[in-house]
Amino acid sequence: MNPLRKQRLLIIIGVLAGLGAAVGLVLYSLSQNINLFYTPQQIVSGEAPEGAQMRVGGLVVDGSVRRDEDGLGVLFDLTDGAGTFTVRYEGILPDLFREGQGIVANGTLVRRDYFEAEEVLAKHDELYMPPEVQQALEKAGHPGAKPEPAEGSGY
Amino acid sequence: MMVWKTLTRWYHQLGSPRYFYRFSEVLLPWLWPIALLTTAVGLVWGLAFAPEDYQQGNSYRIIFIHVPAAGGALLGYVAMGVAGLVNLVWRMKMAEVMIKAIAPFGAVLAAIALITGAIWGKPTWGTYWVWDARLTSMLIMLFLYLGVMALINAIPDPRQAGRAAGLLSVVGVINVVIVKYSVEWWQSLHQGSTIKLTGGSTMPPEMLTPLLISMLGIYLLFAVSVLWRARAELLWRERKSAWVKELV
Amino acid sequence: MYFESFAAFLQMGTHGPFVWSAYGISALLVVTNMWLAYRRQRLVLNEIRRLTRRDQGGL
Repeated sequence: MNPLRKQRLLIIIGVLAGLGAAVGLVLYSLSQNINLFYTPQQIVSGEAPEGAQMRVGGLVVDGSVRRDEDGLGVLFDLTDGAGTFTVRYEGILPDLFREGQGIVANGTLVRRDYFEAEEVLAKHDELYMPPEVQQALEKAGHPGAKPEPAEGSGY
Repeated sequence: MMVWKTLTRWYHQLGSPRYFYRFSEVLLPWLWPIALLTTAVGLVWGLAFAPEDYQQGNSYRIIFIHVPAAGGALLGYVAMGVAGLVNLVWRMKMAEVMIKAIAPFGAVLAAIALITGAIWGKPTWGTYWVWDARLTSMLIMLFLYLGVMALINAIPDPRQAGRAAGLLSVVGVINVVIVKYSVEWWQSLHQGSTIKLTGGSTMPPEMLTPLLISMLGIYLLFAVSVLWRARAELLWRERKSAWVKELV
Repeated sequence: MYFESFAAFLQMGTHGPFVWSAYGISALLVVTNMWLAYRRQRLVLNEIRRLTRRDQGGL
């Protein structure tokens, strides 16, 4: 390669490396803001500010969905295996809301174990299969018939 | 060594406008029907013959256009970045032409990925849009494509325009990496990848096959679109040269 | 076909409007793009022919 081109190539590689590092650092420092939601572990450990508006995400605990006392809202527990807290929501739940599924809720963290949601979004995983396959899996005795999603991307 | 020699020969041949024009002339008459047919087969298979999903029902069928469009937009940006690098280092005219030829359909595919994703999000997530890392970085990719197109249009001198657009293309490749890994690095509403290059995909073959065919189809359409645009640009730039005069 | 009838195919369960609007918009964008790309090379070719003829006429 002739020296001029080599120099240009090196300059571009240098600029890219510098920019890449800068972008990486910015993203790293902002990662708490880029994360769409707090995990139950962060809520329970007190990492999330109490009383603040925020999003939380996790899996709906099996068998935890219930109407609250005045009958207007619905209560359910949200977990990630490392922490669990209760969410209350009044409104229409999305089609894909079900026990064992991942959801993201937007609302206020009233206490460390209690979250008032204004909006509930269903978080779908990357698994697809025909209904028959799912029924067959269920018959074969896989509880919930939910194959383990790839690690780290469960919800 | 043989492979390297063949590659460098192709590089120099395809870098010559006249050779590229002749090459595309031979390629296009059968490439565009194949691209059209592949896309049609993939989409019809996905829409009408693939089974529905056990959770999402039929709304998941949007995947057969959403994923190919998103994949095409990403791949197109990488290609544009490579052309940008070649242009900045070797000042190759053909690379300028390629940047200009890639950007429009790349922008269209990025827009399709965003629009179909929003429509899919409503029944699945319960919302059209959320500012999570994947959706936001994909929107930035659309703006980068539009930025490249705007730069080319705004700068009258094609060589300067090519250099500016090349720089934006190269730098924007950083965003491609962010789009790709956004769902792994951060908590997002968007799901992880279904198709994985290493390890198994999380989809049975009766759904995966039409998806892969659609992807191939859209990529081929991208190639056809790039060749057509590159031919137009080459002809216009070389309109004073002997080979074009001979041609018309 | 996976569906029992053509009507069921159009209906897509409850998701017809979502699926068909997504595909409709996508088809419109892709077809417009392909047509513009194809037309551009035709137009350029014609323009160059016109210029060449004019130059030859001027000589």
